[in-house]
Amino acid sequence: MDKFGMHNQTEHMFARYAGTGHADTTRHQWLTSQHRDTLAHYVADDSLAMYIAMAEGESVARVKSGMLQRMRQPCGPPPAKDAA
Amino acid sequence: MDDALKAQLEAERRGRKQLEAAAQARNDGSADAAPALGEIKYDTDIYGSGDKYADYDTSIDVGADHVPQKDRFSITAPRELIEELQSAGDEAEDTFKEIQRMRGINRVIADRESDYHKRRHARQLPGGSDDGVGYAEAMRRVQLENEQAELLDKIKKAQESDRGSEGARGSEADRGGEEQPRRRWDDETPVHPTSGPAKRNRWDQTPADVHVAETPRRSRWDETPRDASGAFGETPRGVGGALGETPKRTRSRWDETPVMVGATAGFGATPARYAGLETPSAREIAANASKQQDGQSAVVDARNMYQTDEELDGLLPSEGYEIVEPPAAYMPIRTPARKLMATPAPMQASEGFHIQEETRHPEIDLPKEVPGVGALPFFKQEDMQFFGKLLDGQNEDDLDTAEKRERQVLRLLLKIKNGAQPMRKAAMRQISERAREFGAAAIFNQVLPLLMAPSLEDQERHLLVKVIDRAMLRLGDLVRPFVHKILVVIEPMLIDEDRYARAEGCEIISNLSKAAGLPAMISTMRPDIDHADEYVRNTTARALSVVASALGVPALLPFLKAVCRSKKSWHARQTGIRVVRQIAILVRSGILPHLRGLVDCIGHGLEDEHQAVRTATALALAALAEAAAPYGIESFDAVLKPLWLGIRKHRSKGLAAFLKAIGFIIPLMDVEYANHYTREVMVILVREFQSPDEYMKNIVLKVVKQCVSTPGVPVQYINDEVLPEYFRNFWVRRMALERRQYYQVVETTVELASKVGGAEIIGRIVLHLKDESAAYRNMVMEAISRIIAGLGALDIEGRLEELLMDGVLYAFQEQAGEGPTVLSGFGVVVNGLGVRAKPYLQQITSALLWRLNNQSPQIRQQAADLVARVAPVMRACGEDELMGRVSTMLYEYLGEEYPEVLGSILGGLKAIVNVIGMADMQPPIGDLLPRLTPILKNRHEKVQENCIDLVGRIADRGAEFVSAREWMRNCFSLLDLLRANKKAIRRAAVNTFGYIAKAIGPQDVLATLLNNLKVQERQNRVCTTVAIAIVAETCAPFTVLPALMNEYRVPELNVQNGVLKSFSFLFEYIGDMGRDYVNAVTPLLEDALVDRDLVHRQQAASVIKHMALGVAGLNNEGPVLHLLNFLWPNIFETSPHSICAVLEAIESCRLCLGPGRIMQYTLQGLFHPARKTREVYWRIYNMMYLASQPALVAFYPRIEDDGANTYRRYELDYVI
Repeated sequence: MDKFGMHNQTEHMFARYAGTGHADTTRHQWLTSQHRDTLAHYVADDSLAMYIAMAEGESVARVKSGMLQRMRQPCGPPPAKDAA
Repeated sequence: MDDALKAQLEAERRGRKQLEAAAQARNDGSADAAPALGEIKYDTDIYGSGDKYADYDTSIDVGADHVPQKDRFSITAPRELIEELQSAGDEAEDTFKEIQRMRGINRVIADRESDYHKRRHARQLPGGSDDGVGYAEAMRRVQLENEQAELLDKIKKAQESDRGSEGARGSEADRGGEEQPRRRWDDETPVHPTSGPAKRNRWDQTPADVHVAETPRRSRWDETPRDASGAFGETPRGVGGALGETPKRTRSRWDETPVMVGATAGFGATPARYAGLETPSAREIAANASKQQDGQSAVVDARNMYQTDEELDGLLPSEGYEIVEPPAAYMPIRTPARKLMATPAPMQASEGFHIQEETRHPEIDLPKEVPGVGALPFFKQEDMQFFGKLLDGQNEDDLDTAEKRERQVLRLLLKIKNGAQPMRKAAMRQISERAREFGAAAIFNQVLPLLMAPSLEDQERHLLVKVIDRAMLRLGDLVRPFVHKILVVIEPMLIDEDRYARAEGCEIISNLSKAAGLPAMISTMRPDIDHADEYVRNTTARALSVVASALGVPALLPFLKAVCRSKKSWHARQTGIRVVRQIAILVRSGILPHLRGLVDCIGHGLEDEHQAVRTATALALAALAEAAAPYGIESFDAVLKPLWLGIRKHRSKGLAAFLKAIGFIIPLMDVEYANHYTREVMVILVREFQSPDEYMKNIVLKVVKQCVSTPGVPVQYINDEVLPEYFRNFWVRRMALERRQYYQVVETTVELASKVGGAEIIGRIVLHLKDESAAYRNMVMEAISRIIAGLGALDIEGRLEELLMDGVLYAFQEQAGEGPTVLSGFGVVVNGLGVRAKPYLQQITSALLWRLNNQSPQIRQQAADLVARVAPVMRACGEDELMGRVSTMLYEYLGEEYPEVLGSILGGLKAIVNVIGMADMQPPIGDLLPRLTPILKNRHEKVQENCIDLVGRIADRGAEFVSAREWMRNCFSLLDLLRANKKAIRRAAVNTFGYIAKAIGPQDVLATLLNNLKVQERQNRVCTTVAIAIVAETCAPFTVLPALMNEYRVPELNVQNGVLKSFSFLFEYIGDMGRDYVNAVTPLLEDALVDRDLVHRQQAASVIKHMALGVAGLNNEGPVLHLLNFLWPNIFETSPHSICAVLEAIESCRLCLGPGRIMQYTLQGLFHPARKTREVYWRIYNMMYLASQPALVAFYPRIEDDGANTYRRYELDYVI
């Protein structure tokens, strides 16, 4: 089907990075990667982390560590195949 | 009736089975049976058959061939041997091939192979897969093999010594290689210790040598054997030898016969017997074809056909010739197909005598169409043996799966090999996609024999190798049983002369080793490491080095260590050391982490008992040091002493290798050490200056250069110890004759000059500028000009300066068009002297003027070229008046008819205009330009380029000296230049439009250019759009935009597209200046983006791309967003150019508008029900995501939780 060879290549290239998607990406996968991006962003940005820590009444380190933990399954387990 | 037919069929089938069984038995039975290439099956009943190395040449004097390898792949043999070969070749060559080669038609690989490369034909694919043969078994076999070779060797030597004093050469062969005179020790190829008188025997022609040498040389006639057995008996070797042999025998019709008979006898049956029963067995044809000495393509071409008696009568005059009776012993060839292949008729200039009839019946009809494959561009005779199966018309349904699969692969291979491009591509894709389904055996059993075919051409090899690569990729470790076979086929590519073939070979072997794994590779190659044949060892060493670079050096290091220390065989040690050398060459600086390991691994080889091992070690050390430079001297500590001791012990070849190693190690050393060791080695070097051996000379020069360039060596030392001898030995006329030495000497001399100062060196050679040999003058000139270019001429004073100028002028006047050396040298010297050249300028100018007037165009051209070079110096010396005279002279010669000369004259004028300025130019610019306008129409590239440069220069700097009308006339001529082939010319022309527009205002120029958009020719239009954009850039966009936008209203596709393209270039050139024009062009782009014409939308997209990039961050989001809305529907374009343009435009919009906005657009389609839509949207999403992922965090949509999953990002809701 592929009339444009270049997309074969670009797609191949895209596929090397986490967080990119393709036509068969499920909603859960997509949202999971969004959450991971978001959490990574919070952890990497000290002032954001501080802000959240203040809001939660926790220490910054605890908040960061909690986020790192959450990154494993930020949205919970993937839904069963048939449900998706 | 029916029954009778059936019975007959049955009988035939049985008969064939018997024949096959017989063939098999022959294969299994004795070493006699050469397992033919075409017959290889993955069947278990074949492997383990006979001796897989049965066909290696066993006669090579292994004692003498310990020749270390080098990067060159040619062979150099003793001169008399080469001459002998050459003269033999001349006779052997038939004219037809010669003509083909002259026309560059012949691309058959086997034809241009050197003798050494041809030895690959002697290697055979092992029968069956290697799986069944255990490692121990393989080792044992090779050992037997080697012992046999040794024995043969001994017998041969014994025979030679029996023959006694046959001459010095015979005995030398006994003594071993290092003593052989004038042999290049580091050649790839061992040069063969020729046995006996060796009257034009091919050296690798097997043990037969000895015998043949004994028989007196025969005339052609009596070379025909009396009967088949006689012919057979003459070859002392097993029949197997018949295969790869006799490649370069003197050929004539008569002596073609014995080979045929021999072959027939070898296989024990005349092919004629099969004739009715089956297609010619692959084996016969294979044997036949390889016998053809060069596997010449036997596509049956009218010129290539056998000549009938009538034709011969027509060709040859009837008088003065008589028809000779063939000798009684002559047996004509019976099989017509072979006759065809055997003797190509010479090219005939027969038109005068006889017009050939077109309808000559072809003796065999080659199919143009193969069932299941379709029409092919060609089908060669040789293809029959591999693909004949496809033509036997059997019904596929009757076959079992394996056979069917085999046929499928064959068909695909045929398509790949002979098909046109689309067919080839489809087949290639299929074969790689279905590789696992077909299985390794089905693919490799067919491809590998094809690759060994003697008639293989470059392109075919490339394609087949590609098949192997693809198949390997898919098959993974399933290739393991075929590792050895693949290696046998691919290894020769590693020493191919074509570097792309080498690279391909490397690629395959490295992929193979990744697929099969290190243990498999090592156990496959282990038996070949101490193989008796040097060729096998050489290729194995290279293959192993590729494995090392693919799997990492450390993985292979323990194995290498063991091999290099092998006590059993010096062959193994040599191979191991060669592997190290090849690794260094392949991996370059990548060896640094393992340097010590590698050096330790081979270090002891310097004191090996075998000269060959010592030489190989020295060369490997040289390669290691070269690769490691400038680091890693500490790793070489252990070998320094043996190296330096070695140079005192060795002579000739061995010495050269040691010197080479030293030359590469010294630059790594600290200053004091370098000084010390240089002094040590210099004594030897100076002694070897006188060596008559050319290779030694090259090495010595190189080492001198390397030693001198290290900082530790004092100048005084070089002055006293090196220079006198150096100049005495190397600055002699003879050196200029050989290219390599010429370069080496010049290089080394320049290096010496940078050490001891230019004046010192130039002083020694300046007198040679007046030498009578032109080549030598050239060499001197090159050295001087490179020294002055590098070091300047400050230290050249007084008498030396005079001598130099005198010599240079002399050389210039005497030059006879042997390249640019003298001319550029003159320029360099004069420019180097600068102001000091003033006293000589008068003389130079008069020489110039005189030569400009010369009859010979070449001399005129040189003079004009020289003007361009000395003009800056003349200016610097204040000789404007002289220059005026020269330029007036040049101006007068603008009528020159030789374009080369005219181009140079224009170049000279340009140089003078550049230095003298527009105002002071003589003749005045106002006179000069009108003369140039017609020259612009000249079609010669050199003239065009120089002329447009000159015109552009004038338009840029001195436009006011010329009337506006003249410039307009010029514009029209410039339009022609937009058609030029050379990009530099088109660019210069386009730029000139800009200058002219600046000088006389854009209106008129623009009108000309806009009119030019209507022309048909695409390149012309494209250049015009570029010119419009440049005019807009130089004269500010607002002067051009109105006219350009107005032009868009012309209802003509080309014009509108041209306008859009101009906009695209325009916005690209003006960058952020574009912010003032976005609103102005938006309606036009809107219109273009909704046009039906695809190109309109594509061009508009590229305009948006450049525009949005230019105005990013400049507060123009409104119009860009507006345009994005028009752009977005185009994301479903499928034509590559337009989709590219659209996606790029979206990228620019992302920069301008921020990723959040684009994200909103993509959200619509990421989960669209239609897959095609999703694909496109995800592509855009990915593009955006990769570029600005962190920025997206804020823009992800809010999604509610869903059962077990939390999708809310609640932290975003925190408010303090």
